[in-house]
Amino acid sequence: MARFLTLPEAIAEFVHDGSSVALEGFTHLIPFAAGHEIIRQGRKNLHLIRMTPDLIYDQMIGMGCADRLTFSWGGNPGVGSLHRLRDAVENQWPKALALNEHTHAGMAAAYTAGAARLPFGMLRGYIGTDLTHVNPSIKSVRCPFTDEHLTAIPALNPDVTILHAQKADAKGNVLIEGITGAGREAALAADKLLVTVEEIVGDFPPLMNAVLLPHWLVSAVVHCPGGAYPSYAQGYYPRDNTFYLQWDGIARDRERFLAWMQNHVLQTADQREFLQLLHVEAMA
Amino acid sequence: MSAYSRDEMMTVAAARLLQDGQVCFVGIGLPSAACNLARLTHAPDLVLIYESGTIGTRPDVLPLSIGDGNLAETAGCVIPLPEVFSYLLQAGRIDVGFLGAAQIDKFGNLNSTVIGDYANPSTRLPGSGGACEIAAHAKTTFVMAKASPRSFVERLDFCTSAGFLGGNGERGNTAARGQGPMLVITDFGVLKPLPNQELAVAELFDGVDFAQAEKMVGWSLQRHACIEVIEPPTADELNILRALLHRTQAAHQTRVFPV
Repeated sequence: MARFLTLPEAIAEFVHDGSSVALEGFTHLIPFAAGHEIIRQGRKNLHLIRMTPDLIYDQMIGMGCADRLTFSWGGNPGVGSLHRLRDAVENQWPKALALNEHTHAGMAAAYTAGAARLPFGMLRGYIGTDLTHVNPSIKSVRCPFTDEHLTAIPALNPDVTILHAQKADAKGNVLIEGITGAGREAALAADKLLVTVEEIVGDFPPLMNAVLLPHWLVSAVVHCPGGAYPSYAQGYYPRDNTFYLQWDGIARDRERFLAWMQNHVLQTADQREFLQLLHVEAMA
Repeated sequence: MSAYSRDEMMTVAAARLLQDGQVCFVGIGLPSAACNLARLTHAPDLVLIYESGTIGTRPDVLPLSIGDGNLAETAGCVIPLPEVFSYLLQAGRIDVGFLGAAQIDKFGNLNSTVIGDYANPSTRLPGSGGACEIAAHAKTTFVMAKASPRSFVERLDFCTSAGFLGGNGERGNTAARGQGPMLVITDFGVLKPLPNQELAVAELFDGVDFAQAEKMVGWSLQRHACIEVIEPPTADELNILRALLHRTQAAHQTRVFPV
């Protein structure tokens, strides 16, 4: 049975300076509240892993939490750049960021291999791309049956994966509906798995294929309503596309970014206060 | 016939190139608008796949991101992302891959990674995402990109996704399953490969001539023997596209806070 913790307890226990951390969720169910708590607790030197860094890693990189980023698409979806990620890569601000860059297909294969505790993921990929010249971990293997050359990527095995989900039951079984991305693979690839959820219920109705993770694979569950905002939780609240558009202006300027993080993340105690503040600002 | 913008002409031209029933891997932006316009006009059974794992989706408004909730709600099914890239894309089950890029060269190779040197870029772009393997394995690739000498370049700063590589059949010696960028839809018309696989003007929008197109491209632009003129958008096409974009804009301004 999974343990039930508060978010500050869970981050203090599972995320340490220097940890490799995957906050997954593909556009849907991005664990923003957990990322904010990592920033509040001042974690440093993290190896951040995520297919699409999105706003949450833009914030963590800009706040100096990360030394290294493993990723496959680093933009603000439908909007443009992640300006804090760009500033770190282009100007080493607030510090240098080492990149381990892949394609979506490659990273999906690396998580899948990690979940199976295989040493590498395999695909027919990275064909003709210069990524193979700048990332020495992209290698090739020969098929023992056909002699075909295939691409090999080292398995990803994060110290901890953090997901956000719609529901857990009293034992800690985790239910997800809608887009799951590579969340299940990232969860099973990790040493420890932390899941924040919208709701904890006594029993699930018998939707047996929607149980993404059984309780005995889950290290800890945190009840955290609204924990995916400004991404979304299908059936609970939609993606705040307006916030994603506004983030472009906030993140473009270092001072404006730092002031925003100070007021909205460092000076709020938790996701509830963060959401209340944003709601008040939106109504003003 | 009302006036129309170059964006609208590009979107309509791209939409017309899709055939009903095709399975189409869709990127965000102009490709997403074109694919949904096709679905709302001549190709109601176009199967749209977004890399978030939403299969056969029929959104009423265009998504801002590749994984907005309306893509899942209107999908035939939603599958895990690793399956999209392994079971569908690498297995050769995608008819058309629709890509954009910051830079394209005359063989249809694409850059969406960096401007400048990789280790010390002047502009860091988002990177491959799904593009590299879509360009390799979709049976055919359509590219949509606005032309300028800075984006249609002699030499890419970085090759993110393979087109015809160096041309003259070089792509055929790789593990790429698809035939490559058979169409580039840009804001003066459509490029298609010549026998040596160099992209050359095959179609021009009504009112654009070859000399204008040449000025928008950073390499010495070639032409097919016969250049067709693309019919302007019909009133129907424009009305349906504009209504779609209008619904989209309204939807993206609606805010709902949790809790």
